[in-house]
Amino acid sequence: MGSEDIWILGSNMTKFGKHPEKDVLDLASEASVAALRDAEMTMSDIGVLGVGNLMNAGAGIGQQLQKQIGQTGVPVFNVSNACATGATALRVAIMAVKAGEADVGMAVGVEKLAGAGLLGQRGPKPQSETWEPSGRFGAIGSTEGRIGTNIMPGVFAQVGMEYGHKYGGTSFELFARISEKNHAHSTLNPLAAYQKRFTLDEIMNDVMISYPNTRPMCSGNCDGAAAMIVVNDGKKNSMPAEVQKRAIKISASVLTSDPWEEGCQILPDVNTLTRNAATQAYEQAGIGPEDLDLVELHDCFATAELVHYDNLMLCEQGGAVDFFESGAPWRDGAKPVNVSGGLQSKGHPIAATGIANIHEIVMHLRGEAGDRQIEGAKVGLAHVIGLGSACGVHILEKAA
Amino acid sequence: MTEPDNSALIKQVPFVDYLVLGEEPYLISNECNQCQARYFDRRNACARCFGDQFTKVKVASSGVVTSFTIVEMGPVPYVSAVVDCDGTPVRCTLIGVDPTPEKVQLGMSVELTTYSMGEDSEGTEAIAFGFTSAR
Repeated sequence: MGSEDIWILGSNMTKFGKHPEKDVLDLASEASVAALRDAEMTMSDIGVLGVGNLMNAGAGIGQQLQKQIGQTGVPVFNVSNACATGATALRVAIMAVKAGEADVGMAVGVEKLAGAGLLGQRGPKPQSETWEPSGRFGAIGSTEGRIGTNIMPGVFAQVGMEYGHKYGGTSFELFARISEKNHAHSTLNPLAAYQKRFTLDEIMNDVMISYPNTRPMCSGNCDGAAAMIVVNDGKKNSMPAEVQKRAIKISASVLTSDPWEEGCQILPDVNTLTRNAATQAYEQAGIGPEDLDLVELHDCFATAELVHYDNLMLCEQGGAVDFFESGAPWRDGAKPVNVSGGLQSKGHPIAATGIANIHEIVMHLRGEAGDRQIEGAKVGLAHVIGLGSACGVHILEKAA
Repeated sequence: MTEPDNSALIKQVPFVDYLVLGEEPYLISNECNQCQARYFDRRNACARCFGDQFTKVKVASSGVVTSFTIVEMGPVPYVSAVVDCDGTPVRCTLIGVDPTPEKVQLGMSVELTTYSMGEDSEGTEAIAFGFTSAR
């Protein structure tokens, strides 16, 4: 990753869930101020600010946040990149610090989504008296339901089913068991939106959303924010020993989009760009998947988690089912995945997610993850994907 | 006197412009002249090779289901699927098949079919497509 290393000095996430009494700025402020305190800094130290918020992408949330916690005149980059928005905000801060334009960058992701309903669904078009073709397909009406589906649970269900068609071994029960794992993990995470353990029967008999994903197998819309302070070597070395001791090295920071693949404009290909991001990240970090002590991956749906075992090369190509069956991704397994509870139970306030999953890794590498601590964790990977698509992969290491 | 042209009495329009109506309806793609990548939408250029010349090419009307889901959020469950039509992936809704995991299978053979969506205020009938179990 070049000659100079980038470090996380401050990191925070709010509790995910319903925050009816707080607005977007309350949540963003809470995470930002806590991250600054964690780094023993103030807004006067921040040289660049990357802020992600998807639902108000045109509202300049970054500047609105500054107006609450500190207007210092530094550049603000308001970003929106689907579910990878938070990771994109962090990439912006990291790039600015790497480029030497700032010594300290802050990234913030915030979303209020509780009660937002299904995403990816478009409202009905105004009814015309006659059939009027419109759009790139010249469609005379909504294609939703008429030509398959665009809604997220349906798209990601097909992503998992496609894996099953290619390699075999998948079943409704297998996908439900992945969800059972993440919900079990969530019981140890006080910041998760849902901390309820479900039995396999409960998961399989819950409301079917889009086969094979039932309701507990889908990520929950909720409110939340996460913030992170990144610095260069010089800044880190100027900080008190206590702060330096808790610094976490960003060994790789990668953002990819989806390259053309056969069929990628029919069913989104979430695989190739994830594999590409992972390959680049392992190369940047000089670390292989075998070195990872824990992984937070983008389980927006149970069906998605399975394919990313493979895409992140936690198993051999085509071996995701065997990998899961081996027990490896459970918190006491060989390669713990989503010990935070994952998006299915921790919740998925979209723009916060890409920073929150990195925060989870930071907590373990610092040895501050409490009851869910993966003992002796030294290296972790965080993955996020936004449909469309954008994929962020970060590899973090405990300071030597 | 020429015979009256009855076909003009019932005007039909396809649901999307890549559905070609007629005796045997079929789907048509924009195929890149340079790399043969196929697209169903209106194109500015090829996302694979950046070429900007395309030819309209007929897509095979039968294939196998390579992925599906049963969407159960609306009033009526339906099957969304990807069908590999002789090498060209097509997104569609499966019709005439029970929307249950027992009846819909990965790898099942399906074929193109069309149905009426009704008429507009000028009496023009809209025709949509789906895929159904192969005979």
